[in-house]
Amino acid sequence: MEDLIVIKDLSYTYHSYRKENYVFDEFNISFTKGKVVGLLGPNGSGKSTLIKLMNGLLSPTKGEILIHGHKPGVETKAVVSYLPERTYLQAGKTVKQMLDYFEDFYQDFDKGRARQMLQNLGIDEKAPLKTLSKGTREKVQLILVMSRRALVYILDEPIAGVDPAARDYIIRTIIQNYNEEAVVLLATHLITDVESILDEVVFIKNGKVILQSSVDEVRETHHKSIDAYFREVFAC
Amino acid sequence: MWDLEANRPIYLQIAERIELQICSGEYQAGDKISSVRELAQEAGVNPNTMQRALQELERKGIIVTFRTSGRTVTEDKERIRDLRNHMAREQIQDFLKKMKEMGFEKEEILEFIREEKGEE
Repeated sequence: MEDLIVIKDLSYTYHSYRKENYVFDEFNISFTKGKVVGLLGPNGSGKSTLIKLMNGLLSPTKGEILIHGHKPGVETKAVVSYLPERTYLQAGKTVKQMLDYFEDFYQDFDKGRARQMLQNLGIDEKAPLKTLSKGTREKVQLILVMSRRALVYILDEPIAGVDPAARDYIIRTIIQNYNEEAVVLLATHLITDVESILDEVVFIKNGKVILQSSVDEVRETHHKSIDAYFREVFAC
Repeated sequence: MWDLEANRPIYLQIAERIELQICSGEYQAGDKISSVRELAQEAGVNPNTMQRALQELERKGIIVTFRTSGRTVTEDKERIRDLRNHMAREQIQDFLKKMKEMGFEKEEILEFIREEKGEE
């Protein structure tokens, strides 16, 4: 299997209160294509920092991240489709304007596919985003992100803050749209909801990988759901 | 989306569910099976997991893959009969175990079954 993302000896530190704080110290992990991977860890474990590093929003202090053979930058942005935790869509723009914006920005954006999904949900393209409910806005954003034919999808809390029916829709959309050449990294706290679509889980604790395993392996070995196993490992 | 138990491997549960569909006649011998992606969507699981479930069924000789026409339920009616018998036996063993745990003797259990059957 081909490693699409390779993270080698990654260290990331920041300064505060006149001391150096390590988020990651010689962190190593890689992800192969064709998988949906859950990035799971408690608050403050380093998940978000890792995602920001992969997207080039932060730079490693030491070590490197290679995505499809490149360090995060222009080349990787062309192949990485990123759903941030907070929306960056402009509330005043309409859905159609956002479609045009994505088409301009990303060569791999499949506008037809996005429009089809919007239509299936009965979302009016002429509607300004600010007139949509929170759940609908999140769906629009996910549709935009999943309509790119990217190699890497990084989804940061894609189902937080939407109702269970919308969650099901979002989960189905993720399965429908990724392909065997791509990898989906999904960071979330809502493990139960995503468990059935994950191939692999990664547990991160204090900036370290404490588990990288297939979902069914965890179930087979521990006779527990990932959610139950997570609660056991990270019990406070 | 299919109902899945939390503490057992997902692929096994999916394989069992398809076996049940074959057992009940929902899928007949020689019937075409939907594509991995379609099934994965229907079940709400990852396509790789669905693939693994189907491979498991292939290994057991319950479904067959053709290079050109995709997957079908086996034409081998004998195999399907075996599957049905096997599943029936498992259910009965389960039932008997639970009844014994509740302290029932074999004769009592049979009596219950006769009564239930009479009421139908």
